[in-house]
Amino acid sequence: MEITRTEIMPGVWLSHLRTDKFKSACLSLNLLSQLSRETASMNALIPFVLRRGATGYEDMEKISARLDELYGTAIEPVVRRIGEIQCVGFFASIPEGDFLPGKENVLRPACDLLGRLLLAPATRGGLLLPQYVDSEKEKLLDIIRSRINDKRSYSVTRCIEEMCCYEDFAVGRFGSETEAENINYKKLTRQYRSLLQSSPIEIFYCGRSSKKELVSCLRDVLSTLPRGEIDYDIGTDVRMNALEEKPRTVTEELDVTQGKLVIGYRLGECMEEAEPAPIFVFNCVFGGGTTSKLFMNVRERLQLCYYASSMVSLQKGLLLVASGIEFDKFEVARDEIFRQLDAIKQGDISDEELNSAKSCVASDLRAYMDSQGELEGFYLTRALEGLEYGPMELAELVEDVTKEDVMRIANSLACDMIYFLKGNGQTEEDEDAAE
Amino acid sequence: MQLNKYDDIGESMYSATLQNGLRLRVIPKPGFSTAYAVFATNYGGAHRRFTVDGQTLDTPAGVAHFLEHKMFDLPDGENALNILSANGADPNAFTSSGVTCYYFECTEGFEENLRMLLHFVSTPYFTADTVQKEQGIIAQEIRMGEDDPNVSIYYDLLTMLYDHHPIRDRVAGTVESIAEITDKTLYDCHRVFYAPSNMVLCVEGDIDPERVLAIAEEELPKTLSPVPRADFGPEEGLLPVDSFRSREMAVSAPQFLIGAKFRPSEEGQALLRQRLVSQLALRMLVGSSSPFYARLYSQGLISHDFDYEADFTAGTATVIIGGESREPEKVLDELKAEAARVSEKGFDPELFRRSKRASLGARLRGLEDFESVCVSTVTGLFSGYCAFDAISLLGQVTKAECEQFVRETLSNERLAISIITPKRT
Repeated sequence: MEITRTEIMPGVWLSHLRTDKFKSACLSLNLLSQLSRETASMNALIPFVLRRGATGYEDMEKISARLDELYGTAIEPVVRRIGEIQCVGFFASIPEGDFLPGKENVLRPACDLLGRLLLAPATRGGLLLPQYVDSEKEKLLDIIRSRINDKRSYSVTRCIEEMCCYEDFAVGRFGSETEAENINYKKLTRQYRSLLQSSPIEIFYCGRSSKKELVSCLRDVLSTLPRGEIDYDIGTDVRMNALEEKPRTVTEELDVTQGKLVIGYRLGECMEEAEPAPIFVFNCVFGGGTTSKLFMNVRERLQLCYYASSMVSLQKGLLLVASGIEFDKFEVARDEIFRQLDAIKQGDISDEELNSAKSCVASDLRAYMDSQGELEGFYLTRALEGLEYGPMELAELVEDVTKEDVMRIANSLACDMIYFLKGNGQTEEDEDAAE
Repeated sequence: MQLNKYDDIGESMYSATLQNGLRLRVIPKPGFSTAYAVFATNYGGAHRRFTVDGQTLDTPAGVAHFLEHKMFDLPDGENALNILSANGADPNAFTSSGVTCYYFECTEGFEENLRMLLHFVSTPYFTADTVQKEQGIIAQEIRMGEDDPNVSIYYDLLTMLYDHHPIRDRVAGTVESIAEITDKTLYDCHRVFYAPSNMVLCVEGDIDPERVLAIAEEELPKTLSPVPRADFGPEEGLLPVDSFRSREMAVSAPQFLIGAKFRPSEEGQALLRQRLVSQLALRMLVGSSSPFYARLYSQGLISHDFDYEADFTAGTATVIIGGESREPEKVLDELKAEAARVSEKGFDPELFRRSKRASLGARLRGLEDFESVCVSTVTGLFSGYCAFDAISLLGQVTKAECEQFVRETLSNERLAISIITPKRT
């Protein structure tokens, strides 16, 4: 597998990864912009509205019929937040001709449809259709409101919101309910045009077609892309320290039977020269998997929780510990999580813990090579960071991480937010417990 | 080992049956660094009453899932999950109503990991103490399920559709039922259901199949044990017990599941064909390129999360259609009308042609995922067919079969709806 990244049109970059490993090719197209409260919901809405209708395929039924005809090619809207960069666009999965009757190659017609969805939306008087905008807006609002359904991810999101309340990172990838409610078809059309003109575009392809074929396809279908001055001035602001001297604590009550404790940290000064390998290994030792300190101690040994794990945002320089606990275990679980971090700071890391974390992180990275979805995410992130390594090179760096590296990361951490979601005493279980 | 080639999909499969009755499958994947192995038993939450050696036993709800939690404990005090993780593998397990699967994925040390997988799954070790400790952990898991609207709505539907079949009960059991489990229950069920004759080992990756065979022969017991027979009770009728249920939970918008049960075909090729027919029929009836989907989506009645499946497990077959909607009952009315229309007028021939193409592409895409390939190979074997035959068999499915499925399964009186509405504060 060889990866190349080329500017195929002004501000349009293609990362091309040729491989025979898969039975479908993957192609993603991402418009990049600075994440902000004012535009996040609008940007997120755009691919969903575009997916409703285009010239020649005026409604979803016609688009779906076309996709079925192309052997179930999938073209789906995709909205991501990588650090404080919002990426919106489409993710396509296109069956390879080698496995289709008559070896029919559907890459070109699939790209053609993708190009039309992006550049030739169904419009009236040059404006996006109000019925499509309103209908997708309602669905976007449903998505934003539905975040409360899954308490595990809801509690993590809430912790980030509170912790980064003065930063763009607090804005979710779909933006906020208030901003989404204010969208109308005229505003959205303006935003759509400005995004097409000014966004850097990252395209990722992984499959059997040559770069030459891809470039030719993409230049054809993107020939009408209206480009203006491209906004390269986008990036993520990394805050090194906690906001206040002592970690802030926020408690929220909802009708739940299990509490959620989430602790937010800044990765701190180790972000000055972000070193992904030691940060990933540290995270794995602390709370990354079933051999981590949090899992082995907080969950298994002390049984303080049903789950306890940590995750990092390398772009933003954050680490979050998430756990599910009984309401009355708040203090003891919190203190135990702190104690486990202190242990790492002081070098209480066995060879077994370190080696198992290293092999776990390295193994995950090597496995990326077998998954188009992971490769796409990895190389998109890499393109945003301007970093030079692939998953295999990073896996090698991981093998060189030492105990001192892990201690250094642990000592660099600053706890910034303790978020606790607890019950409001309305459920039957709680009444039972109170009896 | 026997090699079968499936040239149309660019796959092949080695197979063997060991002396102890274990069925083994190896799917070679040259050029991949990831390898995946699943060791599965034909034993799930629904296998509560069973006969072995002429003796019939009844067990509390939740034993299969409880066993899955406890199997990772080794007699020397070690934990297999930790050993595998420490060795760079990504191990896990799940229990459904029909099967229990233990699996790992790794990029290095495959043989060592495979030995550990076979070793820990075939080495029962339980004490009164560890069982008691686990009762606390699983009780937490059960409580977490109580907060989960997806779990509640699903079991609401199953208990409306099924009168007595044990898939009505939660796979994890209840806090009360798991309190009845002792170390003896676990040993008994392990002996019966974890006999190699009741299990399948399936491996996918750039792996030498003969090595897999040799390791399985070395690590597993040699004796051939009898295969247990589960008793799911008398055959269910075709009508739901109850057709409407609604409850309030902390959700943002109403969620719904519409379901219908139907009789699964005899095990083997007929069952695989029935799976393909039901899946294709549902795709045409309510899938994203169906007239139904387009109409309801543009009316705002359904959303991106709208989905459907025909689920086959533990001798049951169930259609499940659901998602989020402001007016779930209106979706049900529309579905009834659409099913009636298709029953009378049939599917559009063009829609049928396109849907078959789409289904082929979707199945090709499914082949990229080792876990889904291996797990469907396992469930296929437990149901008497080879999952890799699906794509060639799909070509033979007729429009009339799909129409007949809709006519027979989705008539008005067969449907039930389970709804969760946002809690009023």
